[in-house]
Amino acid sequence: MDLSLPFRDPALCRSLLDALSRELDAFGRPVRFMEVCGTHTVSIFQSGLRPLLPANLTHLSGPGCPVCVTHDSEIAAILEAAGRPGVIVAAFGDLLRVPGPDGRTLRSVLAEGARVQVVYSPLDAVKLAASCPGETVVFPAVGFETTAPAIAGALLTARRQGVRNFCILPCCKLVPPALRALLEAPDESVPDRQERIDAFLLPGHVAVVLGLAPFRFVAEEFGRPAVVGGFQPADILSALCLMVRMLREGRPAVGNTYVRAVSEEGSPAARQVMDAVFRPADAFWRGLGRIPQSGLVLRGEWADFDGFRCLGVERKETKPVPGCRCGDILRGRLTPDRCPLFGTVCTPQNPTGPCMVSTEGSCAAWYRYGGR
Amino acid sequence: MKILLDSGSGGRASHRLISDVFVRHFDNPALRRMDDAAVLALDGPLAMSTDGYTVTPLFFPGGSIGTLAVHGTVNDVAMMGARPRFLSCAFILEEGLDSGILERVVSDMAEAARRAGVDIVTGDTKVVPRGACDKLFITTTGVGRVFADPAPSGHSARPGDVILVSGAVGDHGLTVMVQRDGLSFSTDVRSDSAPLADMVEDIVRSAGEVHVLRDPTRGGLATTLNEIAEQSGVACVLEEAAIPVHDSVRAGCDLLGLDPLYLANEGKLICMVPEDRAEAALAAMSRSSYGREAALVGRIEAAERPRVELCTFMGGSRLLSMLEGAPLPRIC
Repeated sequence: MDLSLPFRDPALCRSLLDALSRELDAFGRPVRFMEVCGTHTVSIFQSGLRPLLPANLTHLSGPGCPVCVTHDSEIAAILEAAGRPGVIVAAFGDLLRVPGPDGRTLRSVLAEGARVQVVYSPLDAVKLAASCPGETVVFPAVGFETTAPAIAGALLTARRQGVRNFCILPCCKLVPPALRALLEAPDESVPDRQERIDAFLLPGHVAVVLGLAPFRFVAEEFGRPAVVGGFQPADILSALCLMVRMLREGRPAVGNTYVRAVSEEGSPAARQVMDAVFRPADAFWRGLGRIPQSGLVLRGEWADFDGFRCLGVERKETKPVPGCRCGDILRGRLTPDRCPLFGTVCTPQNPTGPCMVSTEGSCAAWYRYGGR
Repeated sequence: MKILLDSGSGGRASHRLISDVFVRHFDNPALRRMDDAAVLALDGPLAMSTDGYTVTPLFFPGGSIGTLAVHGTVNDVAMMGARPRFLSCAFILEEGLDSGILERVVSDMAEAARRAGVDIVTGDTKVVPRGACDKLFITTTGVGRVFADPAPSGHSARPGDVILVSGAVGDHGLTVMVQRDGLSFSTDVRSDSAPLADMVEDIVRSAGEVHVLRDPTRGGLATTLNEIAEQSGVACVLEEAAIPVHDSVRAGCDLLGLDPLYLANEGKLICMVPEDRAEAALAAMSRSSYGREAALVGRIEAAERPRVELCTFMGGSRLLSMLEGAPLPRIC
């Protein structure tokens, strides 16, 4: 039986939509919300929720797709590793189409003779290494707090089993520092509150690991409501209702409507594994640039698994793509259709910017599902 | 035993392979003559189609490359309102292939051809050096007489038509992906590989007027409907809640971030008929053992720009665009 079925119930969704409209009318002014999770982005489009949202609610997609925000220089390093003799790159499927600064992708270097294998879990990459003792298996560690514990777990396994021909390229990103960067960004270009984001829909999967505490600053320091939501339409709608109610009552807080999966304290076990292997460091985000303490690098005692070190691969500086407005889109200052490259120069077949590269990117979703 | 380069040389080794494997399994009068070409008797307008088959793994729950090589081509011919009669088949074999694997594939093809009512009347075998192909590739060509008048075509969808599908979508695509990548979930998904010629004949005879018949193979229901929308210059408007999808396929897709509407089918068809013929066409589908879950899933509307629109279960709508490339599982 499909356990998510009740959360897609049409009657329930309609009554939640009515409740959302009533809350918004009671609040009395239009609001701008942002989600920071690619799964939310896709769910809102895929369920057809987007055109049903009340006209006085603008819903934006922030930097929530881990593949999209993987920096050009990191993709270039992954491609460089793939070109090394004796290397097999074991990667998540959606990384295969992401273009590096020269337009090449893992898929295109595959055609040039590189060895690239799609895996569904970092543990599969360790298994692959164990079965190919003569090769070096490199796993590009891309993702948020959702995937980082699994990657850390794979390293623990590799060490325990004595698998030495396995390494990762650490490119994981952390969500709360990116949220802070969005909130702290100097908005000279947007002097009035029209462009301000009133509240955040927090990523359910990330919160499963982190719990609520790392998000409290959104309400406490910046006075914006932030609510963890699940991924079915009823989950999303109930989170949006709570966000408007907090605004209306003037009591911004961090809330949780995804109680069937997210607890207040998150998963200490997952965090413990992650902390044992990784430590936070400054990181570069595609479209957003450098964000302090927003990435994960390997701790010193795990350096022998660091692909940058083992293979001597470097992150080289790259230039931003001229004309691409993904930075503004990720900050919620622009909708995808307002970017001059959208749908003409930049398409899912030939993506220019980060938001178009993965199916969970906001531009790709907008393009595919006919956003409005 | 392994297949050697000699087996494709044209000499005695080739002959042994042909008589021991191919003729033995495919046996029919035209093939038995072993002439340079098969001589066939067919009259009237003919439909002809060709397709190459490469799939990893070669065998999967519900079928194999052998069943696909027969069903795929037979179904393409049938979609023109034709009765497929004859097939040719060409094999590219990789040196070192286990002959037992070839035997299994050929036996699957022979069984599939028998069920589909077609004879495999001519063929060819080449063996290429190890590494030059992946185990084995098959190309089949089929011909059959067109009995529908006018013949259904992707150009013939009209506003007012209804869109029918002959059963649940996405089974084949997910099965192959799960098998290929050794995923441990959704063990109960099976390919729907099946011949549809009998069902097509029943649909055409029962409904009388059939505008479009297509089998939504690669790219799935959504991509095939986009092709039809463009060919006919119409809008296809689907009801999400009406589209049959097996629970196991839906769950597998949720996990991998895939959409069943974009996954391949190998034993399903899309049928567009005037609304007053829908009941007869659906009844014909349901009479076939491959069409028990047939359903009316949408309508054709007039449109300035061709499009495929999905009305979601909660009353919203979204566009279904064409598939960009092979579906890839996502990260989290």
